[in-house]
This record gives sequence, C-alpha cells and structure tokens, in this order.
Amino acid sequence: MPANQLLVIPLLLPLLGAIISVFLWNSIRWQAVVVAVVQLAFISVSVIMLQQVLQAGILTTQVGNWPAPFGISLVTDVFSSLLLLTTSIAGLGVFMFSHTALDQSRKHFGYYPLFLLLQMGVSGVCLTGDIFNLYVWFEVLLICCFALIALGSRKSQLEGALKYLTINFVASGLLLSGIGVVYSLYGALNLAELARIVRSDHPNLDLLLVPGIFFLTGFGIKAAIFPLFFWLPASYHAPPISISAFVAGIISKIGMYTMLRLYTLIFSIELEAAQPLLLLLSGLTMAIGVVGAAAQVDFRKILSFHVISQIGYMLMGLAIYTPLAVAGSIFFIIHNMLVKTNLFLVSGVVAHRHHSFSLLKLGGVYLRHPTLSFLFLISALSLAGLPPLSGFWGKLMLAKGGFEAGHYLLVGTSLCVSLVTLFSMTKIWNEVFWKPRPRQLKQQPVVTGKSYIMYLSIIYLLVFILLLGVSAEPVIQMAKLSADQLFNSEIYIDAVLNPERAN
Amino acid sequence: MEILLPFLTGILFSVSLYFILHRHLFKLILGIILFGLATNLFLFVVGGMTRGGIAIIAQGNDLPSEPYADPVPQALLLTAIVIGFGIQAFAIVLIKRVYQTFKSNNLDDLNNNEKI
Repeated sequence: MPANQLLVIPLLLPLLGAIISVFLWNSIRWQAVVVAVVQLAFISVSVIMLQQVLQAGILTTQVGNWPAPFGISLVTDVFSSLLLLTTSIAGLGVFMFSHTALDQSRKHFGYYPLFLLLQMGVSGVCLTGDIFNLYVWFEVLLICCFALIALGSRKSQLEGALKYLTINFVASGLLLSGIGVVYSLYGALNLAELARIVRSDHPNLDLLLVPGIFFLTGFGIKAAIFPLFFWLPASYHAPPISISAFVAGIISKIGMYTMLRLYTLIFSIELEAAQPLLLLLSGLTMAIGVVGAAAQVDFRKILSFHVISQIGYMLMGLAIYTPLAVAGSIFFIIHNMLVKTNLFLVSGVVAHRHHSFSLLKLGGVYLRHPTLSFLFLISALSLAGLPPLSGFWGKLMLAKGGFEAGHYLLVGTSLCVSLVTLFSMTKIWNEVFWKPRPRQLKQQPVVTGKSYIMYLSIIYLLVFILLLGVSAEPVIQMAKLSADQLFNSEIYIDAVLNPERAN
Repeated sequence: MEILLPFLTGILFSVSLYFILHRHLFKLILGIILFGLATNLFLFVVGGMTRGGIAIIAQGNDLPSEPYADPVPQALLLTAIVIGFGIQAFAIVLIKRVYQTFKSNNLDDLNNNEKI
C-alpha cells in the first residue's frame, strides 16, 4: 500500500467506526462488533506502518496535495509508529475489559463512539506534522476525555470532570497562545519548516524561549509535570475502570510524546538554557508523585499518583538529552502504557469482585483469586522495574544515559523513587491480596461470576509486558532508532520538505 | 486604537483567571468564556494587524498588493473560536449538571472525595 494512503487510515478507521456505531445507537451488541473490528484493523495497520517505517524511513503525506509548508502534513517516524502500535494494543485490551465490566447504561449513552473518537485523537496527535493541527487533535482528544470522565454522572465523576475540564481548557489556551507567538515570530506552522527555520539564522531566534515557555507550561499541565499535576489524581480515579484505564494509561503519555517531539525538533536550540529547569522538574515530579502515592489508601489513587511519578522518568530522558536517555524515555513510555493500563484493569477486577477500591476494606484476594494475584504481581513488579521485567530496561537505559552525561543526583533520585515504587506496590500486595479479609465486611458476598473476558484482557496485555521484558532487544533497538531520528532532525525536515531528495 | 488591544488582552486574561479561581460556579462559566475570548484576541493581536489591506490577489497579479492582512492568523482564529465554542458549550452543560447534582453553587461543596 502506498504511504500516502497508509497514513490516513489510522485517522479514518476510528472515525468511520464511530460514525457507524452512532448509527447503531440502539444496539450496543453491534456497536461492540464494530469496535472489535476497528481495534483489530487498527493493530494490523499499525504493524504494517511500523514495518514500512523501519524499511523506508520517515513516511509523509500531504492531505489535499498542497506542497509541504502550506498543506496539511501527516508524518510518521519510528517513534510515532511505535506509539500508535502500543496504543492500539492497549486499546484492544481495554475494549475487551469494558465489554464485560462496563455497565449497560454507560454503553447505551455512547461509550463506544467516544472511545473510538478518543483513539482518533490519539492517532491524530501522533501523526500530525503541523503545530496547529497538533492543537486541534489535542482538543479532539480532550473533549472525548471530558465526556468519558463525566459519562454516567456520578458525583465523583462530575467533580473530576469539572476539574479536568477547567485546567485543561486553560492549558489549551496557553498552547494556542504559544502557537500564535510561534507564527508571529517565524511565519510558519509546519513542524519541519519550523525546525528548518530555527536551525537557520533567522533574526527572531533569540525569542524562541517565549513560545518555549508557553509550550512547557501548556504541555506541563497536560502531561502532569511537577507543580501542575494536582488535577490528575483528582480526576483519574473517578470514572469506571474501563474509562480510567485508557485515560490514565494512554492520554497522559501523549502529552509527553508531544513534548519529546517538539523539544527535539524545534526547541532543542534553547534546551541548554532550560536544561537545569527540566532536570529539576523531572526529579521533583517523580519524587513528589511517589510520595503522594505512598500516602494513599485507595487502589486507583495509588496508581494515579504513580502515573505522575512515571511522567518524571519520561521527562528525565528529555532533560538529560542524550540519544541513549531519550531512547530510554521512549522505551519507558511504551512499557508504561501497557503496564499502567494493565494495573488499572487488575484493580477493576478486584473492585468488581469485592465491591471496593479502598485498601482498608479489601483483603484476602489471594485466597479467593490466586490467578488474579499472580497477574497483579507481575505487572506491579514490572512497574517497579525488577529485572528481567520490562520496567527494568527502561530505567537501565535512563540511568546509563544519566551517568554518561554526569547527572548523578537525578539518577540517584530516580533509583530511590524506584525503591519507593516497589514499596507502594508491596503495600497494595499486602493490603489487598495478602492480609485477611476485614471482619466487618465478611457479610458482603464476593462476586464469583464467570468473566473470562476480563481475565483474558489482563492476560493479553501481560503477554506483551512479558515479551517486552524477556525479549527487550528489538524494542530497545527501535527506541534507539527513533531517538536517532529525533536527534538528526535533518532527516525529518528532508522527508517533509524535500520528498524527492529524501528518496 | 491598536495600542489598546494588548492591554485589553491582559485585562481579559487577568479577569478570566480571577473568575476561574473563584468558587462560585457561574463565575467559573464566565471565566471559561472570558479566557477563550482572551486567547482568541491574543492570537489576533500577535498575528499582526493590518488596516484595510485585504489578501485577495487582483487579477493579473501574482501577489496581493502590500500592505495586506495575513490570512493565516485569521484562519487559526476561526478554528480556535469554533473549538472554544464547543468546549464552552460542554462546560456549561457540565456545570449545570454539577449544580443539579450537588444542589450548590459553591465549588468547595464538591469535595466529597477525601482530600489528596
């Protein structure tokens, strides 16, 4: 299939699926069939795309056939195809889980179309080659998130959605202002064109810091970096697990993806000035996130705080800014998307069986559901980064990159944070799975329905997590390749602006 | 006139942030709307303002005659207005629902979760 058609499919596929499922509004069974087909097709398209990118380098297409700096560019390199593949894999897992776990009324009110539109937003952010379209795709993604978090209108959901909406609206406004500043300074919106301009001797280059700060604040809010993360634990725990697993597992990393993309491509010139700040922010993000998690007694809230802490690791690679460290960040993003989604799904199964997320009210799960406990244990240890599980390789690359660049304090912090992560995973293990069931709750019956699909979704994601740990080498190679592409931005610029020369 | 617009943008930003931080739900709606307006106005001002020059190319010419207004910020602005409108509409419905559910106008009453 030619590249210019291939790149549009990840956008069209969820859109078409969403439209079809809106027409099938009254029959959620058929909606589920549509979503299943879309997920499978999405995964195969992502695999094909990754293959093509590995063979032929960066793929581009110009929607509407206008030449590059003026038209709508869609670009994919190894980084974005890897990310798309991971989101599609996680998407299938979440879909399988929600098929049985989510209540019927939420499905009747459009869970499936919203889920597909959210996926369209994610692929749009990953594929776009234009800074304003990036903003538009982010809005597509966010409005679906707002609706999904509020879907069902429980009190805590409304509260979470209101906080999420307000803070993200402000963040979007900051991004939009940053885009306006970028355009007024350099007269371009295409990412490749901007990258070319900031590497030439443009008279306005001294002012690059201004949009840089706008974008750092805007994406800092969206990705939940240290002083700007308070909305995340206040809203991610509110919706049902089928929703919060996808939102927490995928969406917060999409903010990190854009930061990695923009800060290597455009703002890399002023990164030297911003590097101490980024180092500080990444250290504080991981430390504060993990300390916050240690103080919580709710399964989902602990996991939500760990989302923040892991954002710190991803930022660490960008702050160190060597190819190895950025590759570590990319590996870590992929690992974290799968593991975090899986942990949320496990917490969902526990809550489905035992009616609670509170560590104080749970207990004795190991006795009733040994398989589930085993599944949790592997994911949790992988999150904490025990070798040979997947988290270890990402942290190893980050730590090695940090040592090579001489940031000993940050590496030390990250290793300590890993220990605390292990501590809070042990805390969940002890409280939920190991300790005897609290006596006053014994009269509440444990649900023992047969829900193989819920288990299947967890096992399905776990297979990928184990693969990522046991045979990490190919993924590490791809992460290194994508970091190389990020650092040699001439490849990106040539691929978009001079397609003839790039071939 | 043009010298006033940056100050107006600044005032709009500060007023809207004050309203967003206020605990009254209706002021949150006002704040969100004003914040959207402020960003749009900022985008408009920062894109450069040209009086009376349209970017329509006269017949036989290759370029429009200088000075002409840059159409790109205006296109961005239109898109941003539409997106902002959608989000504001959603926000108003959400806030109405919050008001109906919690029977309160006060954001502090929403803290039914244990504090983080």
